[in-house]
Amino acid sequence: MKLTLKIWRQPDASTAGKMHTYDVDDVSADMSFLEMLDVLNEQLNARGEEPIAFDSDCREGICGMCGLMINGEAHGPVTTTTCQLHMRSFVDGETITIEPWRSDAFPVLKDLVVDRGSFDRIIQAGGYISVNTGSAPEAHSVPVPRDNAVRAFNVATCIGCGACVAACPNGSASLFMGAKITHLGELPQGQPERDSRVTNMVAQHDHEGFGGCTNIGACSAACPKEIPLDVISQLNKDLRTAIKHGH
Amino acid sequence: MTDMPDTTLTNHPSHDVPLEVDTDDAAGYYTPGAPIKDTKAPSGPIADRWQTRKFEAKLVNPANRRKLNVIIVGTGLAGASAAATMGEAGYNVKSFCYQDSPRRAHSIAAQGGINAAKNYKEDGDSAHRLFYDTVKGGDYRSRESNVYRLAEVSVNIIDQCVAQGVPFAREYGGLLDNRSFGGVQVSRTFYARGQTGQQLLIGAYQALERQVAAGTVKTYTRHEMLELIVVDGTARGIITRDMVTGKIDTHLADVVVLASGGYGNVFYLSTNAMGCNVTAAWRAHRKGAYMANPCYTQIHPTCIPVSGAHQSKLTLMSESLRNDGRIWVPKKKADCEKDPRDIAEEDRDYFLERIYPSFGNLVPRDIASRAAKNMCDEGRGVGPEVEGVRRGVYLDFADAIQRLGRDGVEEKYDNLLDMYERITGENPYEQPMRIYPAVHYVMGGLWVDYDLQSTIPGLFVTGEANFSDHGANRLGASALMQGLADGYFVLPHTIRDYLADGPFEKISEDHPAVVEAKKSVTDRIEHFLTVNGTRSVDSYHRELGNIMWEYCGMERTETGLKKAIDLIRGLKDDFYRNVKVLGTADSLNQSLEKAGRVADFFELGELMCIDALNRRESCGGHFRGESQTEDGEALRHDDQFAYVAAWEYAGETPVLHKEELIYTAIEMKQRSYK
Repeated sequence: MKLTLKIWRQPDASTAGKMHTYDVDDVSADMSFLEMLDVLNEQLNARGEEPIAFDSDCREGICGMCGLMINGEAHGPVTTTTCQLHMRSFVDGETITIEPWRSDAFPVLKDLVVDRGSFDRIIQAGGYISVNTGSAPEAHSVPVPRDNAVRAFNVATCIGCGACVAACPNGSASLFMGAKITHLGELPQGQPERDSRVTNMVAQHDHEGFGGCTNIGACSAACPKEIPLDVISQLNKDLRTAIKHGH
Repeated sequence: MTDMPDTTLTNHPSHDVPLEVDTDDAAGYYTPGAPIKDTKAPSGPIADRWQTRKFEAKLVNPANRRKLNVIIVGTGLAGASAAATMGEAGYNVKSFCYQDSPRRAHSIAAQGGINAAKNYKEDGDSAHRLFYDTVKGGDYRSRESNVYRLAEVSVNIIDQCVAQGVPFAREYGGLLDNRSFGGVQVSRTFYARGQTGQQLLIGAYQALERQVAAGTVKTYTRHEMLELIVVDGTARGIITRDMVTGKIDTHLADVVVLASGGYGNVFYLSTNAMGCNVTAAWRAHRKGAYMANPCYTQIHPTCIPVSGAHQSKLTLMSESLRNDGRIWVPKKKADCEKDPRDIAEEDRDYFLERIYPSFGNLVPRDIASRAAKNMCDEGRGVGPEVEGVRRGVYLDFADAIQRLGRDGVEEKYDNLLDMYERITGENPYEQPMRIYPAVHYVMGGLWVDYDLQSTIPGLFVTGEANFSDHGANRLGASALMQGLADGYFVLPHTIRDYLADGPFEKISEDHPAVVEAKKSVTDRIEHFLTVNGTRSVDSYHRELGNIMWEYCGMERTETGLKKAIDLIRGLKDDFYRNVKVLGTADSLNQSLEKAGRVADFFELGELMCIDALNRRESCGGHFRGESQTEDGEALRHDDQFAYVAAWEYAGETPVLHKEELIYTAIEMKQRSYK
């Protein structure tokens, strides 16, 4: 199939960017979206234009490195990561608009590449259980009810791609934070730091310039791992409890 | 020809070559070197060696630790766990990764699980049994002392991960669930659905970020190590490139740890992430670190086949699919284009069931992979033609759906079948899936002693980047175990023995060795940007991958390997003269990043072929056409090849140092799966 691509190009963080239009032929329905961009980049390279920079690594939907706004939707029209989106989701002759994640807290580094270091700093603020190597008790000493273990796992599948932020009109990272709060809060091991975790993570989130949550739900709809919206309720609940406890 | 070949066994083109046990196939390609006599493992009963080593390793006073600078390259399981643990102990750690966050390292993609000898099922498991299974699975080409230690510390890993909040699968009573894996007879695999690697890595990542907050670890994301700094024979730092600004920086330290993963991407197409590369390890190799058994590659049978020339990577599906799926190809070549549902039962060749009646579809990975390749080489592959050959075999769930019902199949395999449909656009409940083998893991890597120290003092190597534990073949669910064993429980003890003599004399950035290292990096970058040739880096990488896959893949022969070495050398020369890298040195430039990596893959590929050429035996993932039994099974030659091949860099003619493998706790046997 033949496609027209409108792609955001920006030389670096401090230079303004703009949309460029490219035509790409010989696209097969079996290509992944990123392989289609690989093909375009080979063509650009051949004619002496610098290839378009975009992030990807595992290309199997688990590392969270890739992520593009495709026709205005985070990761495009299918509930999956950009690397797992295939060209059979598009039709011959279509014009596709491709932009980087939209958020003040994810500044553009070049073309479609953004800086998501703010997510790491939110985790640094409290997204962990403090246990030094070697000091752990025997694994079976603390049973975890199966339902809690299952819920913890389901939300721990977050890949930290940032689609939730990109999709949110407020640029909030509440779904990302809520997933971590819920994962660790479901487990007995996560209880001692439960209050400090939520207050510190929320403070860092706000400091990074992410917006507040107004319960729109675009985050959960865009999430390739289908993290449910109720993790944000859990986040708010934990935050209220922590404040009540004097945090 | 339309009839099925008249064979009861698979065709092996080189089977008629007589085995000459005393040939030196690689003569002229290498120089013999002195054998490696001492691996620094303590003597005494195997079960006591690790305790002995831990006791004898010198201690570092807590007050001195913050004065000791540690560089760790890579943030997968082996790197993140080591950085977190060293940080907790109070050392001053710098952690580097090429991704935008430490959480993205490719350990995250491991699906199946992690082995540990907890014996929670009371099914007779023990550290000794895990040790035994791992040595046997590695086809008796691993080092006994290291493997025993791996089995011994496996239990601590589970405790640590559970305490961190890793959400392992649990039973209704709240205790941890286990499953069996990879042909062993006990249930010792801990898992978090099909995402065990992700959950373990997030655990290690969180521990690492906790140390960043504590100020003991500083992370450098989007930084690539491009050179090792060696001063007076010891590793003292690295040269990195900031992949956003292009800035070349010098980082000096008392010790350097490489946890930079495996080099499967030398094949271009593999299940590795796009960025996985050998550069950190190869730069160290060029500076004096020996590379051990580079030809040991694991090829996984159940991956989604290549769909066209655009293919950028391959996706693995858990081999649990082989429990219920039946593997077949058409008997007649003419049927290969047909809709498989229109091919009558009597026209199908269930080749694994035919050749291996007792194990059938459940033969080990290497055997299943090779059989599939043979079918396609005969012209009976299915799926789209890519460069003139159909490379795929059917994996059919029709019988399983009849037996278990669609619901039964969904319950067991739904996530895998969904993934298949998302990638191929074909519904596996309605038509057979297509699978083909793909490069998945490398057992070879930088040579290390019992302390995980390389042949360069002060350079330690952990995880897939080293060679130490898996011999010629890795068992399922053992990669995660090794990465975390090295990083949490082994390296932090052995490295202190080295660091106890530090802090070492301060090195100035003006030191000739530092200046030289930095200059070699900038010269190389300058070269790539000024060649201004006609071919893209990716086109060279793809061609190199084809050579490696064809001649150094599932079956290797003397003629094929010699041809490959010639082809690689020719292609490498062309690459340096004709590659086209646009953009600048001082900006985010993904073509430039790839150029450096592919340049190192060329040299590695050559060494892999030389290593494979030298090893005229078949063992684990290394199958030499000249060394097989009458019925086509791998044939080891313990009398000649029971050694680790440790290669010293010396340009195109490397030096081979042999480390003899001595088994005292286990008796060597030949595998059989008939």
